[in-house]
This record gives sequence, C-alpha cells and structure tokens, in this order.
Amino acid sequence: MRVTIEINGRTVTDEVEDRTLLVHFVRENAGLTATNIGCDTTSCGACTVLLDGESVKSCTVLAAQADGHKVTTLEGLSGPDGEQHPLQRSFREQHGLQCGFCTPGMIMASASLLAHNPKPTRDEVREGLEGNLCRCTGYHNIVSAVIEASGQEVDR
Amino acid sequence: MSIVGTRVVRVEDEKLITTGGTYIEDLREEALTGAVHAMFVRSPIAHARITSIDTSEALAAPGVVAVYTAEDIDLAPGAAGPVAEPWLADGVVRYVGQPVALVLTQERYQLADAAELVDVDYEPLDAVASIDAALSDETVIFPEHGSNLMQEHGHEFDDNAFADCEVVITETIVNQRVAPAPLEVRGAACVWGEDGRLTFWPSTQNPQMARTIIAAGLGVGEESVHVITPDVGGGFGAKIGADPDAVVIAWASRKAGRAVRWSETRSENMTAMTHGRAQQNTVTVGGRRDGTILAFRLDIVQDAGAYPRTLFLPTLTELMASGVYHFPKVEARSRGVVTNTTPISAYRGAGRPEATAAIERAMDLFAAEIGMDPAEVRKVNFIRPDEFPYQTPTGAVYDTGEYAQALDKVLENAGYTELRAEQARRRDSGDPVALGLGLATYVEITGGDGGGESGRVDIHADGSVTAYTGSSPHGQGLDTTLAMLLSDQLGVPMDRITVRHGDTDEVPKGVGTFGSRSLQLGGSAVRQAADEVIERAKQVAAELLEASTDDMELNAEAGMWQVRGAPSSRTVTWAQVAEKAGEGQLSADVWFDKGTPTFPFGAHLAVVEVDTLTGKVVLRRLVALDDAGPVVNPVTFTGQRHGGLGQGAAQALLEVMNYDADGNPTTATLADYSFITATELPDFELLDMATPTDRNLLGVKGIGEAATIGSTPAVHNAVVDALSHLGVKHIDMPTTPMRVWQALARVREAD
Repeated sequence: MRVTIEINGRTVTDEVEDRTLLVHFVRENAGLTATNIGCDTTSCGACTVLLDGESVKSCTVLAAQADGHKVTTLEGLSGPDGEQHPLQRSFREQHGLQCGFCTPGMIMASASLLAHNPKPTRDEVREGLEGNLCRCTGYHNIVSAVIEASGQEVDR
Repeated sequence: MSIVGTRVVRVEDEKLITTGGTYIEDLREEALTGAVHAMFVRSPIAHARITSIDTSEALAAPGVVAVYTAEDIDLAPGAAGPVAEPWLADGVVRYVGQPVALVLTQERYQLADAAELVDVDYEPLDAVASIDAALSDETVIFPEHGSNLMQEHGHEFDDNAFADCEVVITETIVNQRVAPAPLEVRGAACVWGEDGRLTFWPSTQNPQMARTIIAAGLGVGEESVHVITPDVGGGFGAKIGADPDAVVIAWASRKAGRAVRWSETRSENMTAMTHGRAQQNTVTVGGRRDGTILAFRLDIVQDAGAYPRTLFLPTLTELMASGVYHFPKVEARSRGVVTNTTPISAYRGAGRPEATAAIERAMDLFAAEIGMDPAEVRKVNFIRPDEFPYQTPTGAVYDTGEYAQALDKVLENAGYTELRAEQARRRDSGDPVALGLGLATYVEITGGDGGGESGRVDIHADGSVTAYTGSSPHGQGLDTTLAMLLSDQLGVPMDRITVRHGDTDEVPKGVGTFGSRSLQLGGSAVRQAADEVIERAKQVAAELLEASTDDMELNAEAGMWQVRGAPSSRTVTWAQVAEKAGEGQLSADVWFDKGTPTFPFGAHLAVVEVDTLTGKVVLRRLVALDDAGPVVNPVTFTGQRHGGLGQGAAQALLEVMNYDADGNPTTATLADYSFITATELPDFELLDMATPTDRNLLGVKGIGEAATIGSTPAVHNAVVDALSHLGVKHIDMPTTPMRVWQALARVREAD
C-alpha cells in the first residue's frame, strides 16, 4: 500500500507492505536512523517518536496508521537553524546518556512529558518515563536532564 | 589549572543527541548495499534429539536465499572448552535458544515467515534445569563427559576449620541468573571483498578479540579479517569478543557470496545471549561473640549453562571470597556444572559481585546471631590501612584500601544512628511498613585479566593530536577521558584531540573493554605513548630554540616548548615542533605491559521500606562511596557509579531469568523480565574518596563495575534487615513482593 507521512516537516511517500511498522518506515523508507528498536514487546521505549505531537512507541504503530499524519523524531527536534532543543542540551550537560541507544526515545518521551507537565517534580519525571528503559545510567541523570530542560534548578 | 579532575561534558554526545549514533542496524555502508538478512532458527526445547530437519518449504518461501543447518557447516569445531559447542546444533539441542539453522532472505520481513517454515522434529530428552538437578547427575547432558560436573577448583575443606569458634553460621545463598540485556541486542553486518578479505561489523566490546575469534572459527589468518566496531548500545560484559553466532554469520556470508546483516530480536536475545551470575553459594562463618570472625568458608557452585564458556567466573569468586576482611582462616572452592539453560558468561562484575554478595550476607547473618550492629562487626574485621599490600588467603594481592574510613563516611553522611532510631520507633509502634538498613563494604578487582593495552599518539603538523586506543568503549565516555588526559599532559586543547578505536586495521593490537580495565590500562598506554612523543619533541624543540635538549621543557599549561628557567624567552608551539620534525615523526605506538590488577573499594548503605502486609519493597535511599583512586572526569565517573547502582539494585529487587522444571524460560521477553525502570530507583547519594594505587602510570583504579558490586548486597541486606524483628533471617534475591510475603508467611506459620 501507499503511505504518505510528514516526518520532521518533510513529506515521505512510499509503497510498503500492509504490516510495515512505523519504526521501520521511519528508519528504512525515510532513512532516519536515530529512532532505535530495542525489543519486540513494546516494553523498552527506544523507538518512541511523536505522532501529531503525542509520544508513541513506533514499533506498535503501523505505518498505515500514520498515513496522513505528522511524525517527529530526534532528528527533527533541533530548530531550523540547527539550534538544539533544551532537552538535547540538558541530556548532554547532565550526562543523561551513556551508550546512547535509549536516548532518542528517551528524549522524545521527555518532550511529550514536558508538553503535558512543564514543571514536573523528580518523582513525576520518573513516573512519566516509566515506559522507557535505560540500562546504563540508573536513570538519575536522565531525571536531572528533564528537570534542567524544564527550567528548574537541578539539585545534584 | 589542570583539566584532569574537572567536570567535562562528553565529546561523544554531539551526534548521539542529534542524529543518533551509528549502531549495527544503522550502517549504510556502500559495501552492504543489497545485503541479505539473516535469522537463526532456535531450539524451542531445552533438551532434545533432532530427528530430522526439513528445509524444503522454507527454501521455497518468498525471498529465501539460503537455509543452512549443521550438515552444511564445513568449519572445524569451535573453541575447545570441556565440551565442544557446535556452530549449529548437531543431533542434539541443549538449551532453548540454541541455534539450529540459519535463514537468509532478501528482505527483512521475509525472515520470520521463512524461519517458521524450517521443520525440525525434536524427540525430547529429560532436561536438567537447576544446579541441584545437575549435581545429582540423574540426567547427564554430555554422556561422553560422564558427569555434569565440568570443573572443580580451590581449597580442600578442613573439618576442624571452625573448631575454635563460639558461633558458626551456615546459609546457602542463591545468586540468581540475570540477563545482561543491553538495549541494543546482538547483531552484525559483514561482506567478503574480492581480495578474499572479510569486513565484519559486530556489536562488541573488543574488536581485536572478535577478529581473533572469527578468524579462528573460519580457519583463516587474522590478516584476512577486518573488524570495525560502530557505536555499541551497551555490553555489560556480555558482548566480550564474539559469540559463535557471529562466526556463523561470517561463514554464511562467504558461503552465500552475499553481504549479510544480522540483528537478533529481543526475545531471542533473552535466551540466546549469555546470562550472568547463576551461582549457588554456601557460606559458613564462625567466630567469637565479640564480633571477631575466625574462619570463613565459601562453597561455590556455578551453573555454567549448556556449554561452559567461562569457567573462570567461579574461580574469580574464590579469589575475592574474603572481601575487605582480615580473617585468619579462609577456604573457598568452586564447582562448575552444565544445565539445559542458556550459557553463562561475564556480566558487569563477573565473579566479584557473587563473592561480595556471599561475604556481605554472611557478615549480616553473623551480626544478627551475636546481636551486634552489622557496621560494628565489619569494623572489627576490616583489613587495616597499614596492612597493604595485603595478600588474601585465596591469593589476591590488594594494593591500597581505607575500608573503615569509607564505612565511617557513609554511616555519618547517611545519618545511620538516626535511621536506626527511626527503625526502632517504627518497630515499637507496630508500623506495618518496616524500615530496613543494609550495608555492604566491598573490594573489587579491576584490570584483573592482567593483560596490557595498546596506545598510540600522533602529533600532526598543525599541532592537532590523534590518539588510538586498543580499549573499545561502548558508553563509558573513554574518548572524553583520554582526551582530557592528553590535553593535560601535552597542553593541547580538547577540541584539537581526536581519540580513535574500534577498527582493527587502524588499531591492530588491543584487548578491549571489560573488567573495568580501560582507564587504568588504556589510559596508561596513551600516557606512555605521549611520554615518548614528548621525549622526541624535546630534541626537535631544542634544535628550533638552539638550546640543549636537557634544558627543554614543555609548558603544559600553555602548550608551548620553552627553555627551562627562562620562560620569558622564546617559545615554540607544538605545530612548529611537529612541522620541523616532519609528518609522522612525532608519533609513538606503545604497549603498556604493566597490567597489574588494582582493587577499588567502597561502602554502600541502602534504606528500604517493606510493606509487611503486601511484601512490596521500596528502595528509599542508596548512599554510596566508591573509591577508585584519582578521578579524571567526575561526569563519567559519576555516570558509571549511577549505572552500577541501578543495575546492582535491580538484581537485589527485581531481576531474574527464570526457567521451569523442563528448562523452558519463563522470562524470555522484556514484558516478563522485570527490567528495572525509573520508578523503582531513588536519586542516588554519592560520597567521594580517592585512594591512589601505585600499580599504573595514572594511580587510577577502574570504576565500571564497582557500584554494581556494592549495591546488590546493600539492598539485599536492607530487605532482610527490615524483616529481622519478625524473625526473617534470609530471603534469596530478587526480593520481590511474592518472595517477601512468602518469607513472612513461613515465619508466621512457624510461630
């Protein structure tokens, strides 16, 4: 079937199998490989993207379901002038990543979290990121990164 | 001011936070254009005879390029352990997840369809799914071996070892099997060139070791294999070298004459990537009622899984058996057995967490029996600072340690006295939510392989620097750390220094990253190489300044060469010196061979709340002091500790890889395996101390695994401590609500 999705402001149209997952469409058809696949049970969140502004795990959405919709991935988070999103800066500043594999999904989930709760507490960040797994950081610095991006003081 | 020891954000992060890294699945190399996709058909049965394999239907499926089984494989058997592991199952399968066949298809989505059509007939055999079942030898997995016992090592136990003790405690402690589960599963891509040379991209912790394994497996010379490691999405010990699966992929690529891409699924990863821990340890501890421990015995049984790949793990546990304590008598022995489960290999700490878990539970059991605070019992038995270097009865030679000081700092900063008072108040008031305090004081061995590491430093004509390391970081931030060391040593700014690794043509010699070895060995190698470059540069600078070589000095603050004692006189830059020397002249390629292990240590305190009605455990606080000597970059040092604390706590609280009695894994997806999330962990509280070692050029010890090693027994002890007033003496990990609730139910029944 033919699918048209606006990804990071660019329209991508391609012929895909009906069963093609959104994550594969993003990675293979649109050629954007920041979004990663970490599991096959929608448990890890590495593939989290924004679909019409809401975070979804793109391994559980068919490309067909996103037909005619807008998707934002990590690559689309920086401004048009290349200026990084506050979350990109804070993940770096707070050392909120190590191997970096969960990071694209983690940042996208955090963006959605902040859109709904602009000044979260540390506990609220932990609750909000429960669906995103990280094996490297023990989450402490990820929480700090989200707090910093929200404009709040980080108490290290 | 020196950059070393200051907070420097990582140079690695720029691409990771913008376009993402380049992991195996992200490779878009031209050589891989048109690559076929590979998937293993894996055994769904723990122990069975293969009576037939019919590949005809699979071969006829859309897009199928090839289906290979054991009879196609024309390679010599794999590396010899006590029993050989076939590349693809040959006649018998011995664990769920064992590769039986390999399917190659044109498109990714055709893989699972085709794999399902490979028709394998299995005749089930009795499965050996536990250590006890293995030891009984009722079913012997390798009849030709005669027994499931694959290794015995260590001390003869002395019948009279505990004769002088007033108190003797024995407990069997299960150190459960866990899944390393890096976020990026195993994968590889490869292509054979027209020159007969293989280019292989694996997700590995050590490209050079992967090259050796793949070349040996294929029966070709190492020069015929070029390994390139892209970004690696976590390893945790389970991506050391290359698994047999990687050799099969390389072989299939040659056989099919096609470039091949392979990436396992998470469900495959949970059963086919090696697991960690899986020991059953019996501790016996004896001593006096004043807290002095006179004798300690550790009897280790390692479940090695179906094919023993790493029987060094139990011997490492033996080596570290007595922890931070000076016990007059220590006995440790280990046995390794095979079972019909996934093979066991290294996982963050690899042998040391198991030793620490055993001794630190034993200290608490002993303390509880004599009615002494666990902190006091530890203090009575610590090795004192004036005893270093200290040789343990099991043969480790510790370099330096300040164990009592570390514990005191943790107790004081955590408010231990107040916490004990709160615990007493809660108990007195009958609060159903019990407070538990758990301590662990630990020592660990880093760079324990005793090997060296390669390092190379080139100074280019424009004054920029390229360094090459045989270490192979995969999230540790070593690029930043090594650049900091070089910047400090050479006086060249960070942004003029590039650190390269992971390509065996570029860095032919190397050992890689495991055992927390990279900074102490890889860092020392780069330091040594830079020292050599400085010596050469000194002569060139002397010519430029028309001074004596002996009078030349590098002003590392300014990055300038000058005449000693006359800093106001003429100076020359690195660029000028390098220009004069000529391209390629200011270059040193070294092997740092003083690979003596070092012994980081620390003290952790966990505070938990346990709901005695539901069994739910909440980890409230984790206060950790980890002393690994001088810190190069507090950012990555802290990050490694956080990660270790999280993974260690996960083992104590939640994570376990379970099998039923027939050897079927029951936690084979992330939906079933209780991977720890942000909600189960607290903000960590870190305390610092830095006791240098004299065993390498930098005075540093490793930090990659330390916090994992301390946190597991601290959290474990806290849970048991919370329930001690109710009569609970021990609960095996993970301390899930069910386990806690059952322990409480047993106590109530006994009353």
